[in-house]
Amino acid sequence: MLGKKRLVVDEAWCKGCGICAAFCPKEVLEIKHEKVQIKAPEKCIFCAQCELRCPDYAIYLVNVEE
Amino acid sequence: MPSDLIHEYMRIDHLPQIWCPGCGNGVIMHDVATAIHELIEDPDTPCNRDDFVIVSGIGCSSRAAGYLDFNSIHTTHGRAIGFATGIKLANPKLHVIVLTGDGDCSAIGGNHLIHAARRNIDLSVIVFNNDIYGMTGGQYSPTTPNGDKATTAPYGNVDRPFDIANLATGAGASFSARGDVFHARETISIIKQAILHKGFSLVDVYAICPTYYGRKNKKGDAVEMLKWQKENLVPTSKFYHMSEEERAGKKMIGILSYNDYPEYTAEYAKVIEASQKKGKK
Repeated sequence: MLGKKRLVVDEAWCKGCGICAAFCPKEVLEIKHEKVQIKAPEKCIFCAQCELRCPDYAIYLVNVEE
Repeated sequence: MPSDLIHEYMRIDHLPQIWCPGCGNGVIMHDVATAIHELIEDPDTPCNRDDFVIVSGIGCSSRAAGYLDFNSIHTTHGRAIGFATGIKLANPKLHVIVLTGDGDCSAIGGNHLIHAARRNIDLSVIVFNNDIYGMTGGQYSPTTPNGDKATTAPYGNVDRPFDIANLATGAGASFSARGDVFHARETISIIKQAILHKGFSLVDVYAICPTYYGRKNKKGDAVEMLKWQKENLVPTSKFYHMSEEERAGKKMIGILSYNDYPEYTAEYAKVIEASQKKGKK
């Protein structure tokens, strides 16, 4: 069984390229003021496509302690 | 605080990396780190991080050797494969991974590439192929498509491009593959297979350079360039089931050629053994 996960953004490392937001299958993300924002966290399905394609390692999933 | 993977395998005091916004190099470097991590974690492939050596040449992509926290060496332009050959011969147990760009690998280091492939020495060459010289300002490289623009080809490139994966096969490499930035999961799997392969393996990874190649050729931003990859680069399993019409304009990603040629350091060990026997007589 997969544990609970949470999406984390490191704004300082984000360059605002928009790759994560463009390929998010659930439109969870948006780019505002050249930084990624988690617009709809409740829609996230934790597929990690954003983490896989972020060139700057600024967005990723972490395991949440139960 | 970055993700556990980045924290474990990269020199985080050197991050964030200096590549342009939307540059594909960061994704490919992540693919390499993930591939190594998965091999270390898999009990079927016993290895630890000190079994890996990262060797790079010069160019945007070659900075990756500085970011990846392994035994690593950032060498001179075009000579990464030469240095890697020496490292592999000195200690054949190591997984020697060369990170290089299209120019570093196929222009400046073209001779090293073809002869390492011909010898079939067990190196894994990962080419960050962005079709241009990014670091020096957007000059055309040996992989810039015919007719495309670059700083040094303002009216379009007259040259015909290399297909680096096929070049490696033609030169004798026993494993040749193609990956890209969009299909990250597939590319990680290909890189793992390249590392495990005993012989010369090359993975030609289609990178994206939105700053120079993309802008000069009106290919749009990083997102548009990745959409092109999504629509036009097709994994081998799917490609084989497509009709001729469906294949038009599309390229295959995956393992393109595979052969069971003798590996160079293993052959060399036989020479050492034979000469030592002769010396004892």
